[in-house]
Amino acid sequence: MKPARALPDTAPPERDLRALWRRAVSAGRRIFFSIPDYDAYIAHLRAHHPERAVPSYEQFFSERQAARYKGGGGRCC
Amino acid sequence: MNTAVAGHPSGPVSKLVWAAVAVVGAICLGVVALRRGEPVNAIWLLAAALSVFAIGYRFYSKLIADKVLRLDATRATPAVLRNDGLDYVPTEKWIVYGHHFAAIAGAGPLVGPVLAAQMGYLPGTLWILFGVVFAGAVQDFMILGLSLRRDGRSLGHMLRAELGPAAGVVCMIGVLVLMMIVLAVLALVVVKALAISPWGTFTVAATIPIAIFMGLYLRFFRPGRVLEVSIIGLVLLLFSIWFGGKVAADPTWGPMFTFNAAQLAWLVIGYGFFASVLPVWLLLAPRDYLSTFLKIGTIALLAIAIVFTMPQLQMPAVTKFIDGTGPVFAGNLFPFLFITIACGAVSGWHSIIASGTTPKLLANEREARLVGYGGMLTEAFVAIMALIAACALHPGVYFAMNSPGAIIGTDVQAAATAISQWGFVVTPDQLTQVAKEIGESTILSRAGGAPTLAVGMAQLLHQILPGEGMLAFWYHYAILFEALFILTTVDAGTRVGRFMIQELVGLAVPSLQKTESWAANIIGSAICVAIWGYFLYSGAVDPLGGINTLWPLFGIANQMLAAIALILCAVVVVKLKREKYFWVPAVPACWLVICTLAAGWQKLFDAKIGFPAAASKYANGIAQNKLIAPAKTMEEMQRIVTNNNVDAALTGLFMLLVVAAVAFGVNAMLKARRQAKPSANEEPYVALASVATS
Repeated sequence: MKPARALPDTAPPERDLRALWRRAVSAGRRIFFSIPDYDAYIAHLRAHHPERAVPSYEQFFSERQAARYKGGGGRCC
Repeated sequence: MNTAVAGHPSGPVSKLVWAAVAVVGAICLGVVALRRGEPVNAIWLLAAALSVFAIGYRFYSKLIADKVLRLDATRATPAVLRNDGLDYVPTEKWIVYGHHFAAIAGAGPLVGPVLAAQMGYLPGTLWILFGVVFAGAVQDFMILGLSLRRDGRSLGHMLRAELGPAAGVVCMIGVLVLMMIVLAVLALVVVKALAISPWGTFTVAATIPIAIFMGLYLRFFRPGRVLEVSIIGLVLLLFSIWFGGKVAADPTWGPMFTFNAAQLAWLVIGYGFFASVLPVWLLLAPRDYLSTFLKIGTIALLAIAIVFTMPQLQMPAVTKFIDGTGPVFAGNLFPFLFITIACGAVSGWHSIIASGTTPKLLANEREARLVGYGGMLTEAFVAIMALIAACALHPGVYFAMNSPGAIIGTDVQAAATAISQWGFVVTPDQLTQVAKEIGESTILSRAGGAPTLAVGMAQLLHQILPGEGMLAFWYHYAILFEALFILTTVDAGTRVGRFMIQELVGLAVPSLQKTESWAANIIGSAICVAIWGYFLYSGAVDPLGGINTLWPLFGIANQMLAAIALILCAVVVVKLKREKYFWVPAVPACWLVICTLAAGWQKLFDAKIGFPAAASKYANGIAQNKLIAPAKTMEEMQRIVTNNNVDAALTGLFMLLVVAAVAFGVNAMLKARRQAKPSANEEPYVALASVATS
């Protein structure tokens, strides 16, 4: 996804559906693939670390994928 | 409290509703427990389970939340305090619940109940229902609650802080050994399911190129489009099931995918090694995605199938095998039923997950109740469904599939005779017919739970979606689903085990600690694979089938870890000066300590089921140069002796770890009682309202 879609929540109705879809996709990523919410991360970066570069979703994804299998926990039997 | 949204939590209407739930639950449980002579419908069991879970959740988890853990809706959680958008992220509670459930639910709750069905459906059902409410869900919930108050720290960290550094070491050794046994026994389940089954072997093998394709797609073609690629993978997977049937029937290709157990064990060992060494994005991660997807989907499918077909339970409520003479696993109802069903009733492994990612996601402490307690109830529900699928089978078919060849023989005539003598009348034709329907050459001695569940599931799904040859499709679908997520556990577990070994061996040889180094990586993986591979291979060539030796070891190890986790909870309750509720973690902890020690004791000293007894019996045979069945050569005799000695040593180690954990726990409690003030190491209170929401 491109950074352009980081719009505020108060959007016209057709955006509501898209926002809902994005939330569902994000929930699915968290549940099935353990990938955190990208939008929330960007919002966090903007708010707390404005000096840092904002990664693209692709960069974010591959960093998180690698981090998930770094050790610890694993899967249950 | 947070349940207030549902109207008046203790108003008259609510009281009536809960009284109704209790009555329905009691009636259903009564039918399940008391009806004899005629088959019971699975719906009674399902309704009893749901009522017990609802009551346990509504009342018992509330007591734990309010009185034992004293969860505080105004207190900031680690996710809020340390929000970094990556590891610590406040997340919607249902998403955390889904995430937690996907992480805790594996093959365990599907296999254990199937094995335990040899004693009838009633003992397993009762243990799952009451075990989960009073032990399993309590453990998951309380560990999650403790970790929430400690910055989301791990079980090992918490043990070190509350019980001392030595308890931390006990836990570390326990987890490592448990992991190796888990990997070996689960890999053995796959090996048993795929032996001499070209169809199954082909479809499972096909997941490797499919996963690599997905990995490359995600890396280079459409980075990060993980839902999309999983759907493509799923379609390819379903295609491979259909195509596997053609391959198996082909005179040239079929034999190329036909392997015996020993060959498959080597293949799985090699696979585990490569999956651990290769970059995660190429093989491990995409397979994990595929398996999680399939896992959640199949569990839902199983629930739908049971509700729609409403099968009759053909297995009796209680079989004569509660006396310990059963062919599937040896040992009496106590303690071995409680060892055989670990996951689904109580699983120590969950304490690692509940103190891993999950506490770093909760936005509010009160939500731990849904995620920790509720998540485990859901797993227990999966275990109940597995039990139903196994008990809905013809008992003759069940015993044919789960008894070792050494007991029932290796052809349908001998098997049908042996099983009919036990009182489960079955004809050779019936056994051949089932094998033919599911597209396999034989169903005999396919212990390990997976094939039994697959036949059970296939028969249920076939009633909903019938069609020529569909039974065989569903059977291989179910086998694939179990093999896929077991092999994912094997991949991920080998990798985690490798890190643990690198850390441990790295204390002596520091260069091995570098997880980025290829040489260290290969050596660490090789050691890890060698350890679980040893147990897998010895299980695969064991003339008694392996599962009936390894599964109890796994159960003992898993319950041992649960006991350690619950001891930690009990210590913290004492340290917080909430002794009034000491029994909440202490009763299940004592029960698990008793079960593990009793099972360990019998495995060490019993003349019939003990490991040393078996070792000396075969050693005597070797000394007198006399073959003892089921061994066919002197070499096999020697192997049985060695395996039994190794298993005995492991059992002894588990018992030592349990005793040590009890000693550390009692010591910490006595110390805490001498202190006037609460002494648990909780992080200080920070008001949720004081933390800026962002």
